[in-house]
Amino acid sequence: MKINYNFAFFDEGSKREIRRATLKAIAIPGYQVPFASREMPIARGWGTGGLQLTLSLIGKEDVLKVIDQGSDESVNAVNIKKLVKATTGITITGITTEATIIQSRHRIPETPLKEGQILVLQVPLPEPLRYYEPSEYETKKLHAEKEYSGAWLMLFEQIMNYGHMSTGADHPVMVHDRYVMAPSPIPRFDNPKMNCAKALILLGAGREKKIYAVPPYTRVRSLDFEDFLFEAESFQGKSCRQCGATGVYLDEILDDATGKTFYQCNDTGFCMQRLNGKPC
Amino acid sequence: MGYVAVKGGTAAIEESIRRLKYERLKKRRILDFHNIEGGMRCLIDQVMSESSLYSETLAAISIKQAEGSPEEAVFLMRAYRSTLPRKHYTRAVHSENMLVERRISASFKDIPGGQILGAAYDYTHRLIDFDLSEETEEEIINWLDDFSREYGNGNDSTDLANLPKVLDYLREEGLIAACENNDSEPDDVTRDSVRFPASRSARLQILTRGQTGAVISLGYAALRSYGALHPTVGELRIGNLPLYVDNPFNEAKEDDDAYFIGEIKVTEVETLFPVPAPKENGLKTIEFGLGYGICYGQNETKAIAMSILDHCLEAGNAEYPTHNEEFVLLHIDSVESAGFISHLKLPHYVTFQSELDSVRKSKKMRENNKEFKP
Repeated sequence: MKINYNFAFFDEGSKREIRRATLKAIAIPGYQVPFASREMPIARGWGTGGLQLTLSLIGKEDVLKVIDQGSDESVNAVNIKKLVKATTGITITGITTEATIIQSRHRIPETPLKEGQILVLQVPLPEPLRYYEPSEYETKKLHAEKEYSGAWLMLFEQIMNYGHMSTGADHPVMVHDRYVMAPSPIPRFDNPKMNCAKALILLGAGREKKIYAVPPYTRVRSLDFEDFLFEAESFQGKSCRQCGATGVYLDEILDDATGKTFYQCNDTGFCMQRLNGKPC
Repeated sequence: MGYVAVKGGTAAIEESIRRLKYERLKKRRILDFHNIEGGMRCLIDQVMSESSLYSETLAAISIKQAEGSPEEAVFLMRAYRSTLPRKHYTRAVHSENMLVERRISASFKDIPGGQILGAAYDYTHRLIDFDLSEETEEEIINWLDDFSREYGNGNDSTDLANLPKVLDYLREEGLIAACENNDSEPDDVTRDSVRFPASRSARLQILTRGQTGAVISLGYAALRSYGALHPTVGELRIGNLPLYVDNPFNEAKEDDDAYFIGEIKVTEVETLFPVPAPKENGLKTIEFGLGYGICYGQNETKAIAMSILDHCLEAGNAEYPTHNEEFVLLHIDSVESAGFISHLKLPHYVTFQSELDSVRKSKKMRENNKEFKP
């Protein structure tokens, strides 16, 4: 029993259906479009939403970059690249500027995205209001009515309790003054990169069966208050031990030998380009 | 965090996959998938049911590849299912047409057509049969010959393909509310994501593909305390259902022009729940409510639990999580629950760094300003 898989794994009907949902998502920035998410050869929660977007969009001319928590070589990234490569044979790259499609788990590359590029983000929990409303039926109504007081209240309570907004990654954003959206668990550091980005940003949640999008040049604002502004993670006074970069998201690494903490670029592709003296 | 980031991740992953293959092969035995098909009927049934893909052969190969893990085997089957275009739909199947192998009712001692015990573990003692470790091919062939000799001489005239439904008897008595057939096109949860409130067809589909253990657990919860229902199994039947596809070149969709494409074995359960029914003059009477369960293969506990949950969701009591359709339907899928739990093994150092930043910031604020006033 030898069976060959179709180009990009899916049958053509499935790809078309996912693209249709994607087009709707682009037309309504920040709105979560339900779609018939397929089971993938990669586990739910391991980027199946992003993977379905990538596979539905990819053509023979595309160049793909996949990153997982900033790294091109992390388990999730390697897995996904292997599957796409095996079912399409397209070119894979580690260099952000070369890629036409960048699939990423929880980071937006340090190198600014260009027009014509597509950034596909993997989303575990697409519903920004889930924190205070467990029911999908209810949150759909809240979005329809643009009733977001709960989201503001959540931030307000954090300020009251901790003295600052204590969101980690996935700090909610307002897209084009209409929908509150979960930017996927990118660090707060990456939120501003979504605002008026030149590339198309697509977000896919496989398990939760939602696709949503931030089209190029769309206003994206992190939720905050006039007298209490949104703050990104701070790496003040720290730089990458390898390439010396500052003003980038850094990984904190403990040196086994010396017991000291040092910092390194989280975006390994970016760091490599700098180390090789190439433009990035 | 040794397994991420630094160059060399790809090589380490390749080695891990090789190691996995070694684990499957290290005892130098080839598990022929025919043996799985022959001897692991119940596991195959469970895998096919949770996968919503009816193929004993594919299930057997998946079980082999997954080294017997149902979770992994279902995962393989579901992923393969995603690549299959939907070319035809079968005609609606009626369970009256089932070629019955087993059929019991707990509600009546005697039912029209009789109780047919068929094959079931229910009547065995769960004592490990140590002799099985030395079972020989010769033994089983002799046993099978004897069995078919006895079985072939049976002169039972029961028409197993036309057994009446037990519930029809209660309907005739007026003890169950008569209901119209609902012939509207069912929703398809694999082609449209489910929306709430969900239709009954969507609910039944999700329940039947649910992970066996999850469906049983929630059904048990509803039975034990969260709803404290005590249903009676009106009828449980197991057997093969014939499937037909309309002739695609004949618009008229005539019965005798349809193609027989094969059979599927299913377990079907109808359970009865006493429910109060309002009467015109304000007085209440008791009627029977129904729960429906069906799944691929022989998996009776799952089918009964499904029928309990079907009834719970139909009633929709806000007091109990087992009656809340989002709670039940969104958490019983094997691929989804296992997938999301296993994703916790993925590196989370970007998100964790972000949390660290937040924790440190709040600590610093406390220290700088012991009596914080926002």
